Amino acid sequence: MIDYGKVLSRTVVETPKSGIRKFFDLMSTMKDVVGLTVGEPDFQTPWHIREAGIASLEKGRTYYTANAGLMELRQEINNYMTRRFSVSYDPASEVIVTVGGSEAIDLAFRAVIEAGDEIIIPTPSFVCYAPLARIAGGVPVILETKFEDKFKIDPEALKAAITPKTKMLVLPYPNNPTGAIMTRQELSEIAEILRDTNILVLSDEIYAEMTYTGDHCSIASLEGMWERTIIASGFSKAYAMTGWRMGYLCAPAPIAEQMLKLHQYGIMSSPTTAQFAAIEALKNGEEDIRMMVNEYNRRRRYIYNGLKSIGIESFEPEGAFYIFPKIGDYGLTGEEFCSKLLYDYKCAIVPGSAFGQGGENFARISYAYSIQHITQALERIEAFVKTL
Amino acid sequence: MNTELLKLLENDARLTASQLAVMLDGDAEQIAKELEEYEKNGTILGYKAIVDWEKTEQESVTAMIDVKLTPQRDRGFDRVAEKIYNYPEVKSVYLMSGAYDLSVLIEGKTMKEVAFFVSQKLAPIEAVISTATHFVLHKYKDKGVLYDASEIDERGNV
Ligand SMILES: Cc1ncc(COP(=O)(O)O)c(C=O)c1O
Repeated sequence: MIDYGKVLSRTVVETPKSGIRKFFDLMSTMKDVVGLTVGEPDFQTPWHIREAGIASLEKGRTYYTANAGLMELRQEINNYMTRRFSVSYDPASEVIVTVGGSEAIDLAFRAVIEAGDEIIIPTPSFVCYAPLARIAGGVPVILETKFEDKFKIDPEALKAAITPKTKMLVLPYPNNPTGAIMTRQELSEIAEILRDTNILVLSDEIYAEMTYTGDHCSIASLEGMWERTIIASGFSKAYAMTGWRMGYLCAPAPIAEQMLKLHQYGIMSSPTTAQFAAIEALKNGEEDIRMMVNEYNRRRRYIYNGLKSIGIESFEPEGAFYIFPKIGDYGLTGEEFCSKLLYDYKCAIVPGSAFGQGGENFARISYAYSIQHITQALERIEAFVKTL
Repeated sequence: MNTELLKLLENDARLTASQLAVMLDGDAEQIAKELEEYEKNGTILGYKAIVDWEKTEQESVTAMIDVKLTPQRDRGFDRVAEKIYNYPEVKSVYLMSGAYDLSVLIEGKTMKEVAFFVSQKLAPIEAVISTATHFVLHKYKDKGVLYDASEIDERGNV
């Protein structure tokens, strides 16, 4: 008999499952649950974008593309980044089309991490950074952000976290799960600290279109930052294209060249149909984004006020489509709160602890749902909270 | 004109003034006043449920009738349109450009009932030159709402 304990990678075996997944598995065993758990838009991909994908199939465009992706798509990505965030990348050598933002993040880590390198990861944040950094041989250094600081990076705390082994700072803004953003002013304080170092920045800008109190600022647009920044982004959130698995990387050529090798050997090229759809999204999708973001914004106000009137305190989210209420005041941990809410009141939200250190007294609520659905969930949360 | 407010209600008429106020970052009393104004001046004409009668026991057929008319002196088509829309079974009447003049949407319990309406009520109207009746076989989408959409949220959790 084979001994699986001996054949599997220790690092991978020791990597925990995503805490979101754990909670979802629980929820899917129950009936009539009103969930606010998903991390993806409730909109369908706009029809003209879907049509572009279909048209590419009809024309028989079923081949591999260039490793880095269709040239036209890379050009459109550069046009988009220039137009929206004033950062430019050479489509020939500085843009890579990936299988979702997820692959983009993975490539960025694997292309730069040497065993023992420290990767500073602000938390609460998306679940993939620490596991992927560790699997690439890195050592995650957690930088806990605070409710009192609106979950932004505190420059002093960042300074304290930096050591001679620091390789990279992950910049997860707009943030899943907290809804925090960082403004140009706040980013420039971070830039100030990094400017004369050899520290890289991995800026996860997948929610860049979803900001509600001002336009997103990319740290790469700040002086001295372009040369050290890898931008990971994608189409999943902005264009409601999660299932297409379309993301991209923008980085200076010397870094992009190495990331491209990993992509070349591991993936070959991103799905061709999805690439054609992505071109259409970038060319003609601005109106769709505006429509969806306006809708998220209305829901954001609605859920923020709804929680407030129940008596649950939250930081008013400024980006993405999540709110991160502070539920720790009821004498239960976040996990206990969420479990009881699920079992007794059939409402599912994700414990903040799933997003790392600093999330223990919080829960993530997604507002990528209709107002009627949100209303129903709020009623259940209110009924539950009244019993505490 | 608060088109954002109107669009939200067009999409979901059950939203209350206080819900709308929160969503639009406005004041509930102000919104309630606006709505009252829209109702008074006829910008908002009503709030109705969209019913899929195919899912009920109630038999129902819908037909669209193209009607050609001779225009009447002074009043054009208005008087004929009025004559037609006063029948309660007539759900909509549109003045059209193109090959015919009025498009009449009618709902009846049976095809026979609709046929009776066309031959006994519509056709005899003096100005009516001809009619062409098209029966609706199935509604896929009406007023922006899908009739067969599945309700299951299949989104994965990440
Ligand atoms: C912050 C963040 N980054 C990256 C991703 C990855 O998205 P995708 O791989 O669909 O582009 C997600 C998805 O939830 C996310 O929330």
